[in-house]
Amino acid sequence: MSVSEQDQRGGINVARLLMSFGPLLFLVALIVVFTLLKPSFMDPINLFNITRQISITGLIALGMTFVILTAGIDLSVGSLLAFCGMVAAVVAKGGAANTLSLSTAGTQGYGWFAALLAAMAVGAAAGGVQGLIITRLKVPPFVVTLGGLTVFRGLTLTISNGGPISGFDASMRWFGTGLIGPVPVPAIIFAIAAVLCHIVLRYTRYGRAVYAVGGNAEAARLSGLRVDRILVSVYIIVGFFAGLAAFVLSARLNSSEAVAGIGYELTVISAVVIGGTSLFGGIGSVGGTVVGAALIGVLQNGLQFNNVSSYTQSIVIGLILILAVAFDRWLKSRVRR
Amino acid sequence: MRGGADVSCLGEQPLPAAEAASPSPVLLAVEGVTKRFSGVTALSDVSLDIRAGEILGLLGENGAGKSTLLKILSGVMPPSSGRIVFDGADYAPSSPQDAKRLGIVTIYQELSLIPTLTVAENIFIGRAPTGPLGLVSWKRMERESRDIIARVGLSIDPMTPVSALSVAEQQLVEIARALSLKSRLIIMDEPTSALTETEVQRLLSIMNRLRQDGVAIMFVTHRLEEASAICDRMTVLRDGRLAGHLDRESGPIQLPRIIEKMVGRAASELYARPAQRAVAGDVVLSVRSLRTVRDPEAPHAIVLDGVDIDLKAGEILGVAGLVGSGRTELARAIFGADRIADGTITLGGKPIAPASPADAIALGIGLVPEDRKHQAIFAALGILPNFSVASLGRFSNGFGVMAEGRERDALSGFRKMLSIRMASPEQAIEGLSGGNQQKVILARWLARDPKVLIVDEPTRGVDVGAKAEVHQILVQLAARGIAVMMISSELPEVLAVSDRIVTMRRGRITGEMPGVEANEEKLMELMALDRKPQDEGMAQYEGQAR
Repeated sequence: MSVSEQDQRGGINVARLLMSFGPLLFLVALIVVFTLLKPSFMDPINLFNITRQISITGLIALGMTFVILTAGIDLSVGSLLAFCGMVAAVVAKGGAANTLSLSTAGTQGYGWFAALLAAMAVGAAAGGVQGLIITRLKVPPFVVTLGGLTVFRGLTLTISNGGPISGFDASMRWFGTGLIGPVPVPAIIFAIAAVLCHIVLRYTRYGRAVYAVGGNAEAARLSGLRVDRILVSVYIIVGFFAGLAAFVLSARLNSSEAVAGIGYELTVISAVVIGGTSLFGGIGSVGGTVVGAALIGVLQNGLQFNNVSSYTQSIVIGLILILAVAFDRWLKSRVRR
Repeated sequence: MRGGADVSCLGEQPLPAAEAASPSPVLLAVEGVTKRFSGVTALSDVSLDIRAGEILGLLGENGAGKSTLLKILSGVMPPSSGRIVFDGADYAPSSPQDAKRLGIVTIYQELSLIPTLTVAENIFIGRAPTGPLGLVSWKRMERESRDIIARVGLSIDPMTPVSALSVAEQQLVEIARALSLKSRLIIMDEPTSALTETEVQRLLSIMNRLRQDGVAIMFVTHRLEEASAICDRMTVLRDGRLAGHLDRESGPIQLPRIIEKMVGRAASELYARPAQRAVAGDVVLSVRSLRTVRDPEAPHAIVLDGVDIDLKAGEILGVAGLVGSGRTELARAIFGADRIADGTITLGGKPIAPASPADAIALGIGLVPEDRKHQAIFAALGILPNFSVASLGRFSNGFGVMAEGRERDALSGFRKMLSIRMASPEQAIEGLSGGNQQKVILARWLARDPKVLIVDEPTRGVDVGAKAEVHQILVQLAARGIAVMMISSELPEVLAVSDRIVTMRRGRITGEMPGVEANEEKLMELMALDRKPQDEGMAQYEGQAR
């Protein structure tokens, strides 16, 4: 989780350091506070619990980082997650008909691998379609994906007839509930994906292009980048991750719910923004997003641990989001001076 | 020079009859105004005056101080010293709103109307007529604005949204608004640059009518023949100082007199011309009958109207033209950034049709755009990614992973070659001076070994010392065999580095001559005057060039 590759710029500047490590410091402070309040917070079981909790929204947040780096937004991810989850369930179980039969696991479906591929393919395709509408028809991402939000939810309800599709075989459930050593499998999937995304954004020409398009689309075009293709690609990426996250979630719950992922888009965007990625594009990092996702996860878990009601939790998380961005702005204004 | 004859198209403009016999009192007097910006004197001891019912031309090259004077008069900033008297009282507006209230309205090139509101709303913005309940009275607003726009000859529905109007109509709406504010002095900054010939005629006749109504107009323009046709007097600025006043005597002010005042200095003062280099090589890029069409998304853009141009290996072709001459549009059309309607482009003998900058770049063309901040720089990124963005393929391996070592080596090579002053490749490009930013952008293209490099206003926003360095770099590049096309509105710059110069005006090439034979007067005449290619003057220049 390196938050600040840009920091070899030389010159030790407290404000600049804070800017790079601010969210990380805040995360550490939260962990310390929660531990002081209840030492059992630091119990490995609880910590791994947190990693399992954040891995679903975290996976989508990785994709969302690409989108927001290009100054775009994707509001459809929550609905797309439900849709992909339903697709995975249908493939895994060989149809939607056996919605309510709970223990037909592994008897007629196509197995977890086909289900995973289907979920990721459908997610990527859905993202691609939205990306094409954004670039070809010049409809703002906010509008296209807002439309996508209701369309995908509607498709999900249509497939599933409104109910869940439950009961998967053990090999599929392992991706949600399994452990490798003490570490939950979803957390491992999230970690691998995060490292890959970090490498892509930081070390590849594609990553350079994403930052360039988000930083100045016109200059990127005049530098020979195929701006529209890159824009479409980031929506494919976020769709892909929504599909992957859907598979993991279904595996964990042993069920694909038609109402899964409602409001996830907000958690995901919050994680990316708290992690320091600018909504105006061109600035941000995967490391930041991981910290942002962890911050939200720790906050939720810690508050729950201290018996704070879920109503109060959402108040606190909302305020933290605003504070994080305000703090970032304030630091930037100090650095400029 | 035979400039006077060329304005025959404007000859029908009624001339003010014997104004000199009984001059109206001075409305605005600028006395010894100086403006300094942290050590730089932008305006030095400038005086001028303007009377009611008079059109005063304010002329000067880029950087002569016109915009500084305009900003002072329109209340954007105060002068450092000097005095301004308006209507008999000291004039020191605290803001543009204050200037308006005092009776001076400035109409800028970038119009200040709100496109989504109607004409009537724009005219009455902030002072809408209200009915008995304090609510806006749309009826009154519509009626009154209809009368107001009629004064400028507009017969459109005042309830039309401004976005539906042409640039010329929007300009007239602004003038109408100024009139409704009871303005005594209207300052127009380059009002004709975005207009068609017919629209220019209409604007000039309205200016004429306003003059008869006793309004004073300050007409800031590059278009000499328009100024000559309409202005009673002219004030010419040069290098921030007063170059002189010109008065209309028996007829319009003749163009040679204006050009002489505007140029007035040896071109060699700032820019040393490098020794004439070896003769250029073969034609690399050839453009024939290039035409573009008006883009509905950019209605202000100039349309190319049959441009022919040849660019040879190892030469610097200077393209001189005023703002709005089509020089930038030519560059963008060749570069695949704008759509071409008609005509052919050949590169190395083969016809090409770049549909995007990516295509043009792949063919070996590079473009350093005119607006560095918006079109070239990635402000949030470091120097390294800014440098390599156009060559990501060259600096990455087969898996698309960046070969950062190679990338850094290349940058450090160019850092030496172009003497880019920077702390490290990670430094934010925003932290560099304009000149060093421009060098990074030049390095961006050099990393691709282009056959053709088009540089548009290469020294805009670059300080004087670095300008000479940029010029030296361009000369070096040409010496290495690159065909360089340099677009610039600074004539001394064009003269300093070009092996050959073409002039553009209104989307056409108006002349061509070898760099050594060019001077500011010749170029200014070709840039600012409407000439048909069959004119003797043109033929003469063409004869010399070929």
